[in-house]
Amino acid sequence: MAQQTDIKYLTPIAVDIRKKKYCRFKKSGIKYIDYKDGEFLKRFVNEQGRILPRRLTGTSLKYQKKVAQAVKRARHLALLPFVTDNLKSNN
Amino acid sequence: MIFVRKKVVLLQPNFYQQFINQKISKNMLNHYETVFIMTPVLSEEQMKETVKKFEKVLLDKGAEIVHQENWGLRKLEYPIAKKTSGFYHLFEFVAEGSVVKELELQYRRDEKVMRYLTVSMDKHAIAYAEKRRNLKKERAAAAETAPVAEQPAENTNNE
Repeated sequence: MAQQTDIKYLTPIAVDIRKKKYCRFKKSGIKYIDYKDGEFLKRFVNEQGRILPRRLTGTSLKYQKKVAQAVKRARHLALLPFVTDNLKSNN
Repeated sequence: MIFVRKKVVLLQPNFYQQFINQKISKNMLNHYETVFIMTPVLSEEQMKETVKKFEKVLLDKGAEIVHQENWGLRKLEYPIAKKTSGFYHLFEFVAEGSVVKELELQYRRDEKVMRYLTVSMDKHAIAYAEKRRNLKKERAAAAETAPVAEQPAENTNNE
């Protein structure tokens, strides 16, 4: 009995303590997402310039739609690339 | 009941006119924002001329320009028409929808314009634009009051 309680792990057990995701727009009360601000929109885009999914950023559906629209508008105006490599390391 | 209703309508023959008027006035004016990119081949003066030309298009059509901004020569994130940079200009205006049609026609006819985007603004967009304008003004005012302090700081950075 005593031995069983003394079990030691070589590596610590992976305990999932994930930070709860939240929608940053809801939290900070942002109502409008500007397509002219390319630097800000880069947060919602991966290194290849693709829009990040909601499951990664935690954005709510309402604002994800707006983010997507803003990113697409910014791409049209060449404020964001359609495709690249290493979008973030360049800047 | 029905009889009474009829009587009310008869007493005010223009009863529905007010709703119609309201609807028209609501539909007539919209807030728009347009950004366009001109070729970098232009000189500064030519660029300003082009901007003035489009300003005139807007004003002739009875649009009220709320705000305009020149971003100057900017690097493009990807080449357009084999150019890697362009002059950006922004107009914010209040006008009828037909004005947008005319403006975009002019954009397409002018070969100096490489790209354009016109967006109608909802109330949040208008609020945001106003906030952005005020911020810019404040920054400009701050830069004007302390230009002497900035210059020596830049020099130290370079060294």
